[in-house]
Amino acid sequence: MIKRVILGAVVILVVAAFIIVWNPSISRIDPPAAGAFKQADIDHGKVLAGLGNCGTCHTANDQKPFAGGVSFPTPFGTLYSANITPDPDTGIGHWSEEAFVRALREGVDREGEHLFPAFPYTHFTKVTDEDLHDLYAYLMTRDPVSQEKPANQLEFPFSLRPLQAGWKLLFFDDQRFEPNADKSDAWNRGAYIAEGLGHCTACHSPRNDFGAEQAGAAYDGALVDGWYAPALNASHSTPVAWTEEELYQYLRNGGSALHGVAAGSMAEVVHQGLAKAPDSDIHALATYFHDLSGADGTDAAEARKTAATAIRDAKAAGQRQMGHGEEIYAAACASCHANDPDSPNLLRPELSLNSAVTAPDPTNLLRVTLEGIDSPSGLDGVVMPAFHDALSDEDLVALADFLRKKVDRPAWKNLQARIGELRQP
Amino acid sequence: MATKITLNGESVTLEVADDTPLLWAIRDHAGLTGTKFGCGIGMCGACTVHINGRATRSCITPVSDVAGTSVTTIEGLGGEGAHPLQDAWVKAQAPQCGYCQSGQIMQAATLLQDFPNPTDEQINEVMSGNLCRCMAYVRIREAIHLASDAMGATASDAEEKADA
Repeated sequence: MIKRVILGAVVILVVAAFIIVWNPSISRIDPPAAGAFKQADIDHGKVLAGLGNCGTCHTANDQKPFAGGVSFPTPFGTLYSANITPDPDTGIGHWSEEAFVRALREGVDREGEHLFPAFPYTHFTKVTDEDLHDLYAYLMTRDPVSQEKPANQLEFPFSLRPLQAGWKLLFFDDQRFEPNADKSDAWNRGAYIAEGLGHCTACHSPRNDFGAEQAGAAYDGALVDGWYAPALNASHSTPVAWTEEELYQYLRNGGSALHGVAAGSMAEVVHQGLAKAPDSDIHALATYFHDLSGADGTDAAEARKTAATAIRDAKAAGQRQMGHGEEIYAAACASCHANDPDSPNLLRPELSLNSAVTAPDPTNLLRVTLEGIDSPSGLDGVVMPAFHDALSDEDLVALADFLRKKVDRPAWKNLQARIGELRQP
Repeated sequence: MATKITLNGESVTLEVADDTPLLWAIRDHAGLTGTKFGCGIGMCGACTVHINGRATRSCITPVSDVAGTSVTTIEGLGGEGAHPLQDAWVKAQAPQCGYCQSGQIMQAATLLQDFPNPTDEQINEVMSGNLCRCMAYVRIREAIHLASDAMGATASDAEEKADA
């Protein structure tokens, strides 16, 4: 009898596990014909692909947009992005809209295999039917590119896709976006973009040991993709709270006078992704993030006053720190970065207001100093030289220590080691 | 790889490796030798040119980073005539050996854009990265003030004309 109960329980467990893990394959379709979609849907899909920043992760070679092949080093091994052009053999040409929607909402590919959550379906699940239709229309009308996805190099057992079913049970809610009735339409629009297609917390939130976004730590800031995505909530490190207008300027043009410029991955978000979005969406994002930063009620005059005090304090602190770091700052940095405290200039990014200096992680300051900023990044056409051959490790440590003292923050630890890592090509 | 830029108003294609410093593309490939090599590590300012109107050290700026931008060197600063800074430089007899002056003038031009009436402190802050072995700093500062006055006068003339 007991044997039967055990056997029965095992059978039930196996069947239950199978039901959780297994997903049906969705039939292949012939790639849709050129006229299969309305032009208005395709055009809107282009904006949505920008908001979702699809191109950045799915384009390794600018000549082959959306053909995938970008590598993503993770603690579990290296993943490669898929070819999402409508090429029938190597892309998603055989994917019906149903298969596409399932992939974005449930993280399951056409053949029924679980996708890894480096693909942020955990966010895309919030997107509306209409938007997913338009996104599908846009992607299925791109030029097909024949390019095989390189094989993922994940360590065992993380390479086992069925295990993703367990991950989903723990960390995934298959839920559409729910507007908050207490907030404005603009706020809700901003939240829909940021939490859905925009997948902002994918970079700006720390992850747990399973690679899932940590519960209760949304927008606390995190090191991801070789850059530090700073905190966007009230725990932000910068002296000046964001005003809505500054957020709008930053997201629209790539820089704000009281914060700094978008570099690294964020430069791609602004200049390649958000650039396609209408002003109303950028304003909506600004409304949402302004609220999120806990800076409700900060007006422009107040922000400028706080900035002026912060710059004056930093200048005074700098003058008390005569040393090697100060020498480098005077020779290499001040010509472009020195400001009048009462009117910091957008084109002279003020370091004492900048999260690259005030954040708990030195990566952004070090990378920008080593690599510079090319013309497509940052502000339109403003270039920063690359100091990788100009400054020694000791110079960089002295400079970073000096900048941290100027803004009255503790010295970063392990600078030397981090510089070593970042100097590797 | 070839990099396309606008150099002193003319479209040019620089057939150099992507990591070539802009300085050498300008001097050796475009043949404009007014921009000088000083330290090669962005610490002396002799190589300063404008990228989209902003003073930038060309010796440590890879040419690929400036693709599509407009680069101005000392040869192109004043357009057809002389820039007010160049007149002021002569008036104040600022240079001694002259090696650093093209970089000084390019940096000073951005200074005057950002601080049209600079204080001595602002001049010191912005110009400290431009070294002068002849120690002509006092005359350089004087020339910057002269140019600022001249440019302010030109600007107020234009305003008066516009008002009239």
